[in-house]
Amino acid sequence: MSQANSGAVLAAEAESREFLVFSLGDEEYAIDILKVQEIRGYENVTRIANAPDFIKGVTNLRGVIVPIVDLRIKFHLDKVEYGGQTVVIVVNVADRVVGIVVDGVSDVMTLTPDQIKPAPEFGVTLSSDFLSGLGSLDDRMLVLVDIDKLLTSEEMALVDNTSSQ
Amino acid sequence: MDIADFFDTFFEEAEELLSDMEQHLLELDVDDPDSEQLNAIFRAAHSIKGGAGTFGFTVLQKTTHILENLLDYARKGELTLRADLVDTFLEAKDIMHEQLNAYRSEEEPNQEAFERICQTLQQIALDEIGERLDAPAAPAAQSQKSQSSSSSDAEAAMEEEAGGGHLLVALLNVDEKERILLVEELEQLGDVHAQSGDEKRYEVILKSSVSADDIEAVMCFIIEPEQISITATEVEAVEPAASQSDSPAPVAKTPPVPAAKASPETSKASSTGKEKPKKAAPESASIRVSVDKVDQIINLVGELIITQSMLDQTVSDLEDQSVGNSSLQNGMSLLQRNARDLQEAVMSIRMIPMEFVFSRFPRVVRDTASKLGKEIELITEGKSTELDKSLVERITDPLTHLVRNSLDHGVELPDVREAIGKPRVGKLTLSARHQGGNILIEVRDDGAGMDRDRLLAKARENGLNVADTMSDEEVFQLIFAPGFSTANEVTDVSGRGVGMDVVKRNIQSMGGRVEIQSKLGEGTNTRIVLPLTLAILDGMSIKVGGETFILPLSTVLESLQPSKDEMYAMAGDDVVIKVRDEYLPVIAIHEVLDVENAITDPTKSIAVIVQGEGRRYAMLVDELVGQQQVVVKNLEDNYRKVPGISAATILGDGSVALILDITGLHRLSRYKKEAGKKVVNNQNLSFFKEAEPS
Repeated sequence: MSQANSGAVLAAEAESREFLVFSLGDEEYAIDILKVQEIRGYENVTRIANAPDFIKGVTNLRGVIVPIVDLRIKFHLDKVEYGGQTVVIVVNVADRVVGIVVDGVSDVMTLTPDQIKPAPEFGVTLSSDFLSGLGSLDDRMLVLVDIDKLLTSEEMALVDNTSSQ
Repeated sequence: MDIADFFDTFFEEAEELLSDMEQHLLELDVDDPDSEQLNAIFRAAHSIKGGAGTFGFTVLQKTTHILENLLDYARKGELTLRADLVDTFLEAKDIMHEQLNAYRSEEEPNQEAFERICQTLQQIALDEIGERLDAPAAPAAQSQKSQSSSSSDAEAAMEEEAGGGHLLVALLNVDEKERILLVEELEQLGDVHAQSGDEKRYEVILKSSVSADDIEAVMCFIIEPEQISITATEVEAVEPAASQSDSPAPVAKTPPVPAAKASPETSKASSTGKEKPKKAAPESASIRVSVDKVDQIINLVGELIITQSMLDQTVSDLEDQSVGNSSLQNGMSLLQRNARDLQEAVMSIRMIPMEFVFSRFPRVVRDTASKLGKEIELITEGKSTELDKSLVERITDPLTHLVRNSLDHGVELPDVREAIGKPRVGKLTLSARHQGGNILIEVRDDGAGMDRDRLLAKARENGLNVADTMSDEEVFQLIFAPGFSTANEVTDVSGRGVGMDVVKRNIQSMGGRVEIQSKLGEGTNTRIVLPLTLAILDGMSIKVGGETFILPLSTVLESLQPSKDEMYAMAGDDVVIKVRDEYLPVIAIHEVLDVENAITDPTKSIAVIVQGEGRRYAMLVDELVGQQQVVVKNLEDNYRKVPGISAATILGDGSVALILDITGLHRLSRYKKEAGKKVVNNQNLSFFKEAEPS
């Protein structure tokens, strides 16, 4: 970014997006900050019988019943612990409110388009369909999750297929 | 405020006026019409016309105008009413309603219907009075009352003389007491220049910026419109007559305030005319609020209740450590009482009287009866019984169908009735009343009743599995089976609308049930039992292995401690329990919902006998916690439908408890047993979902 083409920098800034960075184990993930409603602690979750294991249950968010999804279980992380540091990110997707359990929230990052690299074809656990790319920031790599697609996908079993069709 | 904001108000008001008009038309005794009623009908038409003119709904305005003219003749006794004329008026009302709906959805009303009804009405005028009515020349022609032919002149004069013209207000046959009141009223509206005359005709010269129509409307509070005549006048010409004037020269120019105050009143006055003093109170005592706002308040109050319970819990914990402070406890109990009162008061906002539903039935019955050639007297009871608004909206269609059904299949033709010694006129009773925590709506007729044998025969014909030993109640329930009809032929009446199976399904989806009582030859009574509201549920909280669930109290019959010798194993995993000579399938909640640390020995747990969709089950739970009212929260808003769970609620400690769905649990339990107690994964669950009728 030289000063000579400051116009291009401005344009890039205009297109740059803010992401909320969170950690799952040692990995760093990020989601579009505009999807985030609030961040709260993990508490008082009522189990739902016969639901997939990554759906921890439902909780009361000021009178609204909100399902809680543990992304660590969904992404097959080895260590899944619940403690004082465990954080729930409450997101708004497809007119729904969903809480996602993560190990911690670190910061909010601004990424310019040229910092976002296309995601390579991934393995089975996390299909690249659910990624909007990989963000590179100095020596850090952020996995940019397309939270809309992920949470409304059939495999998350959060949305009634019959009603979404 | 933009004029568009007033549209909604007009639509709602016009709708009310139309239904008032219909009600009065239906009550009208054609042989001896009540002049009060005729006036009321006329006024309704007049108000709608005025509003339609203001908003530029020309088609509606023209239709109303012609109808209004005919009604004017009718109320003056120049048009003799007949039943067929009333029918035409009702038809006109329907068309006006359609036009209103068209305007509401921003479409042009049906031109064909408009022309047809105008023609019909014109024809009546021509035949009955020998006069051709003209469509109104301009929307401004607000008043068509007898003497007011001159009032448009007055208005014209007014407009010429912006800032206030001179009006000659003549009061006819007004006694002195009323006259003084009227003159005082006129002084409020403008400057009284002169007044003179006697009881027969008293003339007041008024300089005012208020229109003649408005003056007339204000004065209608005190006297009949016929007693007033207002004309524009040249002030010089009448000035000499001012010799007797009590209040000589104008003291001050009319302040604009009274005029402004008068105008909102006038619109009401023109709609209700001289009944105004009676009707004024209820009108000003209510406001229109959108349902969203009310729901928001209900949600917030629900939150408040939960917060209050949480505080209560905390305070009672403090008490245990004997640091409780009596003023804190007093405060808490006061807060609790206030919060409960508030919740009750807020819930009552959503409640509206059954009258809203019942008021449409006189028309339905009249139309249906005349189509079928039957004579029916409709009796409605318990109009003031209140029901949740959302239920009121959903009950109308099923109820209409039941009424039509009663008229078609129940009540016999007049001749038949006479032959079997019944009065010619059949009786149909609609009643609503509270019964426990429910509302009971009945549709009763004194018709032929249901023929048990014929129902059974028909059921066999339709391939339904029936037995002669079935109870009457079970046999009558057959009419709710899909595709079941005992009518020998499909008539216009019964062939229309929803089937009885849809009626039952609609009522069940509202959390209600239908019962039928019938006696051959004596009549049928269809009873609909509905919960008062869908937002709150009386629940029984139960515990299974540390998890709390809610059972709808309406499904709970009894609970008991099962003993070993009452339980019988059947073909493998199935267990039944014998309760008073009845074998009930056992559903162990901890198995169905995979609850850990639950009591697995049935003899140590508690069996709750529940009823769902007419079948009984025994549910094994660890502990009964108690009864409580819970606020029902939908799970599907943010999640999805969960098998065996109907909804969720929030407990006093802020945690979520799931409300159990009895039949869903039974189905889930059977499915799980079939799947060999495998952990049901998602794929299987979606298969399960398909099997479930929803």
